[in-house]
Amino acid sequence: MPILQLLSDIPVTGSTTDYAPIALQLFFAIGFIATMLIASGLIGPKRKTADKLENFASGIPSHGDARQPIAIKYFLVAILFVLFDVEVIFFYPYAVNFKGLGWTGFVEVILFTSFFIIGFIYIIKRGALNWEE
Amino acid sequence: MMFLLTIDWAFFLEKLILIAIVITLSLVIAMYATYAERKIAAFMQDRIGPNRAGPFGILQPLADGMKLFFKEEIIPNHSNRFLFIMGPALAMLTAMMTCAVIPWGNKVELFGRSIPLQIADINIGILYIFAVVSLGVYGIMIGGWASNNKFSLLAAMRGASQVISYELAMGISLIALLMLTGSLSLKTIVEQQMQAGHFWNIAYQPLGFLIFFICAMAECNRAPFDLPEAENELNMGYHQEYSSMKLGFYLFAEYINMFISSAVIVTLFFGGYDMPFVNETLLTPNMAALVGVIAFFAKIFIFIFIFMWIRWTLPRFRYDQLMNLGWKGLILLALANMLITAAIILYRM
Repeated sequence: MPILQLLSDIPVTGSTTDYAPIALQLFFAIGFIATMLIASGLIGPKRKTADKLENFASGIPSHGDARQPIAIKYFLVAILFVLFDVEVIFFYPYAVNFKGLGWTGFVEVILFTSFFIIGFIYIIKRGALNWEE
Repeated sequence: MMFLLTIDWAFFLEKLILIAIVITLSLVIAMYATYAERKIAAFMQDRIGPNRAGPFGILQPLADGMKLFFKEEIIPNHSNRFLFIMGPALAMLTAMMTCAVIPWGNKVELFGRSIPLQIADINIGILYIFAVVSLGVYGIMIGGWASNNKFSLLAAMRGASQVISYELAMGISLIALLMLTGSLSLKTIVEQQMQAGHFWNIAYQPLGFLIFFICAMAECNRAPFDLPEAENELNMGYHQEYSSMKLGFYLFAEYINMFISSAVIVTLFFGGYDMPFVNETLLTPNMAALVGVIAFFAKIFIFIFIFMWIRWTLPRFRYDQLMNLGWKGLILLALANMLITAAIILYRM
C-alpha cells in the first residue's frame, strides 16, 4: 500500500519534450566528430609503409595476436559490477522518496543493505577481489 | 506528424545556439586545460613550461591542435578498422554529451524571451549523467580491443575494470546527497543551495563529497588513478596505436571529462552558479545570470586546478591498491555514509 500511496503523491513533472534538446545535441556532436575525423583524414599525408602499419611492441617484432585469454579477475569484476550496480540503482527511488517513507522505509532499506553486504562479504571471502595471487 | 508541425522554431534556434556555445566553450576550455596543465606542472617542477608559441606560450594549444590535424592517420594492419575508428569517436561523443543537463546559470532575458542557461532541464539529470559517463568505458575498451596490441588491450582491461569499480562507489555516495535534496534535477539541486539559510551541500555531505571527488578522479583516469595510461608499464596505454585526430579525440575527451566532472562537483556540492555573499534576487535577471556564470566558472577552474595539483603531487597507485580502495574502502564507506545520513535526517524530522 505505501508504494501505491507514494505514486499518487508524486506530482508528474517533466515530459518527453524536455529531452528534445538532448537529441539535438547528439546530432550536433555526431556531426562535429564526423567532420573532424573526415577533415583530418583528408588533410593528413598518406605515406604508408609495411613497418608503419605493424603493431608497436616496443621495437621488437610483435608475436601473434593480442587477443589471448586474459586473467579471469577482470571478467569477474565486470560481472560483479553489473550485479551491484543494479542494486545501487534500486537505492535511487528510495533516496528521492525516503522522507515520505519514514522509519518503516529506513528499516526496509537496512534489510536491503544487509543483503547487499552479505553478498559483498561472500565475494570477498571467496577471494574474488584478491589481486595479489 | 502533429509533433513535427508544432515545433517551436524560436525554442529550437535558442537551444541550437546554446548547444553550439556550450560545446565550443568546453572544447576551448579543454584545449587551454592542456596549456594550464603544462604550465602548472612546470611551476611545480621548477621549470618554465611552454613559452615559444605566442606570449607566454598561450598559442601552444592551437599549435598542438593544428599539428594533430596535419598528421598521418595510421590504422594498423592487424586492427579492426571499424572499431578502431569507433573507439575515439565514442569517447569524444560521451564527453560532449554529458554537458547537456548542467545548469550553467540562471535565466537571461534576451529579445523579450526568457532563456534558461541549461540545454535540457530533465527531472532525472543525475541519472542521465551517470548513464552517459558509463558509456565512456566503451571508448577505452573498444579502442584497446580494436588496436590488437597487447599493451593497448591490457591497458583497456585495466581501465575498464577501474572505471566500473569506481562507478559503484560514486553511485552510492550520491544517494546520501539525493536524500537531502529529494530531487534528481540538477537545476532544483542548485536552487535549493541558493535559498537563504541553506548552506552549500558540502556542509551537509563532506564525506559524500570526498568519495565522489575520488571517484571522479578515477573515472577521468587522472593520476593517481591513471593506470590505463601507465606509460612506464604499458608504453602509452589504450591509445598507443592511435595517431592524428583520433589520438587527439582521446586526449581531448579526457580533458573535457575533467571539465565536466568539475562542473558536476560544483553543481552538486558547491552551490553551482550561486555567488557566495550576493543575493541574486536583488539584481536584474541578466546581471544575476552574468554573476552566476562567472561564479560557476571560477569554481570549476578551482577544481580543474585541484585535479592538476593532485596529478603532479601524488604517485600512481598499484593495481591491487586501486581495486582494494574502490571495492573494500569506498563502497563500504559510501554505504555507511548513506545509512547515517538517512538516520540523521529521519531523526531530525
